[in-house]
Amino acid sequence: MTDPILQVRGLRLGFPSGKGHVQALRGVDLELRRGEVLGLVGESGCGKSTLARAVMQLARPYEGTVLLEGTDLGALGERQLRPLRRHLQMVFQDPYASLNPRMSIGDILAEPQLAHGLLRREEAGARCAELLDMVGLPAGAAHKYPHEFSGGQRQRVAIARALALGPSVLIADEPVSALDVSIQAQIINLLQELVARLNLSMIFIAHDLSVVKHISDRIAVMYLGRIVELGEASAVIETPRHPYTRALVASIPVPDPARQAPAPEVLSGDPPSPLAPPRGCAFHSRCPRALERCRTEMPELEAASDKGSCACFNP
Amino acid sequence: MPLLEVKDLSCSFHTRNGVHRAVNGVSFHLDRGEILGLVGESGSGKSVTCHSLLGLIPRPPGRIDSGTALFDGTDLLSLPQAGLRSIRGRRISMIFQDPMTSLNPYLRVSEQLIEPLLIHTSLTRRSALEKAAAMLRSVGIQDADTRMNRYPHEFSGGMRQRVMIAMALITGPELLIADEPTTALDVTVQAQIVELLRRLQRETGMAVLYITHDLGVVAGLCHRVQVMYAGRIVESAPVSSLYASARHPYTRALLRSIPSTHRKGERLQTIAGMPPDLRTAAPGCAFAPRCRHAVAGCLQGPSPLLRPHAENHSHACLRDDLTDDQLSRND
Repeated sequence: MTDPILQVRGLRLGFPSGKGHVQALRGVDLELRRGEVLGLVGESGCGKSTLARAVMQLARPYEGTVLLEGTDLGALGERQLRPLRRHLQMVFQDPYASLNPRMSIGDILAEPQLAHGLLRREEAGARCAELLDMVGLPAGAAHKYPHEFSGGQRQRVAIARALALGPSVLIADEPVSALDVSIQAQIINLLQELVARLNLSMIFIAHDLSVVKHISDRIAVMYLGRIVELGEASAVIETPRHPYTRALVASIPVPDPARQAPAPEVLSGDPPSPLAPPRGCAFHSRCPRALERCRTEMPELEAASDKGSCACFNP
Repeated sequence: MPLLEVKDLSCSFHTRNGVHRAVNGVSFHLDRGEILGLVGESGSGKSVTCHSLLGLIPRPPGRIDSGTALFDGTDLLSLPQAGLRSIRGRRISMIFQDPMTSLNPYLRVSEQLIEPLLIHTSLTRRSALEKAAAMLRSVGIQDADTRMNRYPHEFSGGMRQRVMIAMALITGPELLIADEPTTALDVTVQAQIVELLRRLQRETGMAVLYITHDLGVVAGLCHRVQVMYAGRIVESAPVSSLYASARHPYTRALLRSIPSTHRKGERLQTIAGMPPDLRTAAPGCAFAPRCRHAVAGCLQGPSPLLRPHAENHSHACLRDDLTDDQLSRND
């Protein structure tokens, strides 16, 4: 149950930009256990989507490895990689941009299966109906086009497409951020059901801690290209150890007027630029607990208890 | 007398695909010094309501079909453009969701900050600039005198929203309309901006109309809340009573669909179906087709009116007979 299906080791990745070099991932180690939902949180620009793209081999890292069931994906060529891609599928944030407006839903769902030689044309209709049923859409949807659907329904189509190849790992990159609250809840329930029913392992990316807490078994918190805290979901939310995680948790608006903190602990400043990450711990410039050492040395992720690990000199 | 009293506001958009009735007979009031939250999902009419108060609805395709909006005794909806201009930006200011598109990228921040002062007051340019620097400091921008001479792209998202707030408050308005000001921001920055608005409201005593889809932010900031659905206000209550004993089935469902109130793994409460198409006027309550408590009567006749059931707490639902238990049942 706990052996990793996916392992990420020492991942580094950057992008050239007009103003210099963006250091998006600055050494990420992560494991996805079989059957678990791993939540990945952080603010915009912290590298969570880049990490997802690097795992998917949509962006090739400078350094580090991605192992899927022990196979190093980075060492494979495009041709060798292709048969493995069916085990690793992704759902994107914006269901308006991730579905081709000129393809019918039926074609959208059939395409990946045809490309992998998993489907004969004459079976396409039945398989499509099966997939649509799995995500709670009527079979008649197959003949319609993306613009005929609402955001929540499009996200269901995107999920069906990701499931079409029978993946073992699903990476969901902010799948509910573009949706209204009541629709968010539908999609979260659906993902939870599918993970259990199809025995999937999932990396669920979001910037909203309350959503992540609800769906995840473990949570990883990212800040400026590194993982700063990792642990069981309840431990990370209820007893956060890293000062950044604490600030994130304190920033969640509490939907109950009776439980408002008298003076909420608000983090000052903005996240620093990934163009020029601060020396030492990247969080020291905003950290209320920063020591002299934090300015020069980079803390590593170390086990803090049996429930999690944390990268901080002064937690 | 309330600072703002809106009565029977209706607003529609006439497009090639039909007439969208975005706002349908909305009435509410806002007292001086009060923070009122206007909550709803996309398309519920919350932004259109506020934009129409300031004459910001593009006409055509928009049209204000009926209603009055008395601001300190003056009807904003029947005011000629010149009259509206003398109020907008001086006595009523607005901040928007996206601080990047609402600041002019070609103008230095200082020019944009002093514009309302040069238009609405007789201050000289020099004293306007001094006031702008002081205003920037009060919204938490350090080094205001130099940063003021920069362009919007040189500021981060949170800082731009601070600039927007400084610009909105520089004339000392009696009413601030905030249209999802933190939706585009990161959580830690959102918390900073909400805290800033709370402090500035306390210091200036202005009234705030806060539009959002986030019931979490409302709980910590607002005094009173109104929930909108399909162009109508369906529930209005002081913040504590809304969260403790919401009466409208839509409000209940909305509150229950927020993940943080649940234990992990438990199924989230969802609202089946989708909001109605506002081009076709269905009889009865707009929420009835999605409502677990709907009876035959809910689908007939005029849409239910907002009626009080406790002090300051009113809701628009025919099912007054529902007990608290029935409303909160999770099936």
